[in-house]
Amino acid sequence: MAFASPHITATAVEATEFPDLARKYQVSGVPKTVVNEEVEILGALPEAAFIEQALSSPRQ
Amino acid sequence: MSLLSAADQQKLREAFDRMTRSVRLLFFSQAIGCETCGETRQILDELRGLSDRISVEEINLVLEGDKAKQYGVDRTPAIAIAYGSGSSESGRSRESGGSSEASSTGDGRMSDTMKDSRIRFLGAPSGWEFVSLVQAVLLAGGRESALSAASLDRLRAVDRPITMQVFTTPT
Repeated sequence: MAFASPHITATAVEATEFPDLARKYQVSGVPKTVVNEEVEILGALPEAAFIEQALSSPRQ
Repeated sequence: MSLLSAADQQKLREAFDRMTRSVRLLFFSQAIGCETCGETRQILDELRGLSDRISVEEINLVLEGDKAKQYGVDRTPAIAIAYGSGSSESGRSRESGGSSEASSTGDGRMSDTMKDSRIRFLGAPSGWEFVSLVQAVLLAGGRESALSAASLDRLRAVDRPITMQVFTTPT
């Protein structure tokens, strides 16, 4: 997704190496995706659903 | 001792051979307090050895804070992926200065012409993350996106900054 849009930056975070980040976002299962620090997606979703959820936000 | 089996190395070599753009892996490290920097360095060195189109630039977070800020990096080990504009030649050394050279000090001119893929990795890219890293390198190297046309259209319409953090574990 990041490659497809100049507005999106995506970071894969290895949770065991950064426990403070894992705690901050309450990561208890992986994969967990956090978008703009507010939208959380647990697990893997089909492509279209994942994108829609990632782009959904109260601010939009 | 190599991390990858000979068979895996060959498969990766073949995949990287098909890349049409050069890819630079920007590796942000620290001398102190980075327990997995050594492992990350080893993984990136192995990747670099599999293709002329892959280079690695190691950047010290403390000494080159400006560059780290440019890529939004404040932890280590971190990897950012940049890519060049591509060449019609298939990976042999080029007259224009050789993006094939693995430059550990960083070539200012090369960095200017490299584009940020906006893909980052935090933590050593071992286990499943290694697969993700290879996929990201291939994507930056010119492989077609695996996303559908509808998805790409949807993403092109995005007009505000979006950060995505995907938490994973090595196994």
